[in-house]
Order: sequence, then C-alpha cells, then structure tokens
Amino acid sequence: MNKTLRIGIITLIGAFMLAIMPLPEWAVEFRPDWVTLVLIYWAMAMPTKIGVTVAWLAGLMLDVSYGTLMGQHAVGLVLVIYFIHINHQRLRVASLLQQAIVIFFLLLIKQLLILWVDGMLGHAPDSWLYFMPTLTSTLLWPWTYLILRDLRRKFSYVRTY
Amino acid sequence: MQTLFIRGPSATFRMIVLVVASIALMTIDHRWHSLEMVRGALSSVLYPLQYTIDLPIRLYYWADETFSSHQELLEKNREYEKRHLENRVKLQKLEILERENARLRRLLSATPKVNEQLLIAEIINVDVDPYRQLILINKGKKQGVYQGQPIIDAQGIMGQVVHVGLLSSSAMLISDASHAIPVQDERSGLRAIAYGTGQIDRLVLRHLPHNADIKDGDMLTSSGMGGTFPPNYPVAIVTKVERPIGETFAVVEATPFAQMDKSREVLLIWRHQPEEETTEEETTEEQADGNANLEEKTAETVTQTAGSEAENRSDTNTQEGDNE
Repeated sequence: MNKTLRIGIITLIGAFMLAIMPLPEWAVEFRPDWVTLVLIYWAMAMPTKIGVTVAWLAGLMLDVSYGTLMGQHAVGLVLVIYFIHINHQRLRVASLLQQAIVIFFLLLIKQLLILWVDGMLGHAPDSWLYFMPTLTSTLLWPWTYLILRDLRRKFSYVRTY
Repeated sequence: MQTLFIRGPSATFRMIVLVVASIALMTIDHRWHSLEMVRGALSSVLYPLQYTIDLPIRLYYWADETFSSHQELLEKNREYEKRHLENRVKLQKLEILERENARLRRLLSATPKVNEQLLIAEIINVDVDPYRQLILINKGKKQGVYQGQPIIDAQGIMGQVVHVGLLSSSAMLISDASHAIPVQDERSGLRAIAYGTGQIDRLVLRHLPHNADIKDGDMLTSSGMGGTFPPNYPVAIVTKVERPIGETFAVVEATPFAQMDKSREVLLIWRHQPEEETTEEETTEEQADGNANLEEKTAETVTQTAGSEAENRSDTNTQEGDNE
C-alpha cells in the first residue's frame, strides 16, 4: 500500500474518532465537521486515490454512527468532494483564505442538505446553532491543512508538487 | 506507481451514481426500514473505534475504584450492606404480594403476569447527533438484543433499541423528538401518549381535552399498549397542566424519571410472553409529524390492541381521554 494512502486512511480514522468523541454539553453544537475537513484535504492532495467513492463510504459510516438515515451524510459528502475533485488543481494554488471561503460555502450546502432531509422527516432542529459546525470547521481549515500537509510530507515519499 | 491516464468511469459519472444511490438508500431506510443488516454490519466495523473512544472514561472509572482508599471502600460497603438489608425486607413483602396476586389472578382466571428478564448494559460514551437523543450500549445481537426492546434505568423507562449491531446497539431515548410512548396516569387511569420534545427533561402529552383528569404532580406509568413497553413502569411526572381558553387541547408537560444524562448503566428487558403478536412500533414518524388525524387514529389502534394487562383495569375513564 502506498505510504501516502496509508497516512490518509489513518488521519481519516482519527477524524472519525474526533467526530464521535464525547464533548462537554456546551460544546457539542460547535463540533467541527472533522471527517469532511480531512476528506477535503486528501481529495485535494491525492485526487486519484481519495475521491467520491471514498467520500460516500465515509458518509455511510457517519450515518451509522450518528444514527441518521443511511445516505443522509453520504450525499452531502459526495457533492462536496466532487466539487473539490474537479477543482483540485485550482484549489491547490489558492491561498488558505480563499480555500477557507470555498470550503465555507461547500460545508453550508452540505449542512443545508442534511437539514433538508431532516425537515422532510419532521425533526428539523430549530436553532441557529445548527449551522455552527460550518463556521468552526471553516475557522479550523488552515490548521487542518497545515497539519495534514506536514504529516503527508513527513511520512510519504518525497515528491514535489 | 500511478499510471498517467485515469481509468474507470469519470468523477462526474461516479458522483451521479452515488448521489442516486444515496437517495435510494435514504428512501429504502425511511420507508421500509430494511437496511438494518447493512447498518448492523457497518456498526460492527465502527465498534472498535467507539470502544477506543470510551476507553479513557472506562479507565477513569476503573482507576477511581482501584485507587480509592481502604476507608472509603469500607464505608461504601457498609452503606451497600445496609441498603441491601433494607431492600431484602422490602422484597419479602413483595414476594408475598406477588404470590397473592398470582393466586387471585388464577381465581379470576385472568391471564398470568408475564415474567421479565433483565440484562445490564453499559452506555458507551460517544456523542451522536446533538439534535437527536440516541445512546449507544454495549450489548448487541450476540446477547439477544432486538429492535424495539425497551430499556430502563433504576428510576424508570429510558427508551427503546432502534438499531442492533453485533456487539453494540443504539437506543432512542423517550425524550427524542420522534419518539412517543403510551402512558397512563396512575391516579386517574387516564391513558395518553407522551411525545418526546428533543429536550432531555420534557415530554408533552398532546391531544388531551380540557376535561381530562390530570393534574400537576401526577405520576405517569407505561400503559403497555402497543406492546413495545412493559406496563406499569414509571415514565414521568406531570409538571405542567394548562387549559388555555380557546384552544382545543390542554397543554400538558411531564419530566421523565429516568436519568437520561447521568446513568452509566441501563437495563434491557426481555418479556416472556406466550403470544408475541404486537410488534407495533411507537416511533412511527407519522406520529411525530404533528398530523393530528393520524395521531388520533394511532391512539385508537393502540387502545384496541390493548394487551391482556389492561383487561382488568376496566374502571378507567380512558374513553374520554383517547377517543375524543
């Protein structure tokens, strides 16, 4: 197995653990969307390996662990990663701020999709805090990017791009 | 080693296929609930992760026990022994009463009470969707857990199992916004359905008429209708009854007895019943949709499928309560 892919999968598992880690009562609404952030990075870094299919599987796993409908998180993740995938070359050269802006809107769309499905099922949350993860994830994007990039450079073959 | 040209279908094609697949999955999951196998398999894959997350907390409890002082342990032990003695005295009385009850039931040729079997399960401390009230417990299909199984804690009914994995299962608390549980007012015998609100300490009893015999401080027990929950377990205590003029129904709120956010251990109940005909679920989304007609209908069918337990409780005035 490719070393980069291995580190990608390990970080993804780490993101999963952060996604279900118990947080104090006041913080649960602010929990960043770790899995999406990590997937976005790897979709930009290795578009041939991590693409929409991996995103879909990760989304299904999220659905199982959150107890939502099968496919609810998956559909949002697929759309986000698809957008990243077709624009990965443009996004790679963009500044962190520009990337963060794009990611903000992508995460907003994902959150709205999930809200839409929840609304159809009749239990949509009625507080604005529902959109908090979008904001916290966007704020954490630069750090996620830098940490994952350093990890990739450290643990994979030296490749220059 | 990467080849220069990407093989296989394009990303756009895959995206479209996967989106369609997701929508199909959601529809199947919502309409027919037939994806439990897949969910169970995937949750078995997730279990090691969840277990690992829970490990530090487990470790904390373990360390707390191991490193507590001798004096403390002795005190605790003494305390428990005292309580054990008290409970045993109470149990003696209860046993006599139970025997008497069984004898009287035989005399009346009423159906015997079902016996219940309990199993302690631990809550695995992981967070799920903050807007839904689900908990993860460390017992699954291997221990015989089934979908719709009621779970209780020391204070009262807590919820029911919704997804069963191999080694773990997730349960919905009665305070979840899409949950409903049939209850009965212990004082007046009035039957109603308690809906979750999404808040841990609040249930609402909808569609009770103004003249319903219910008041502040009434204890609500499970009525056993619908067959999911066993009868006569404490559920909630009524905290608010308002009868606003001009509204069709009274506003009734209750607080569950179960310690939703504090319990670390819960009990799973198996009921050994000769007939297993009622597998009706309380958590149909139709009930939670706020569709009054449907709800009334469900309430009626629940009344009709009254189990054997309700037969000898004919002195209740439920007719005005449910079939308004």
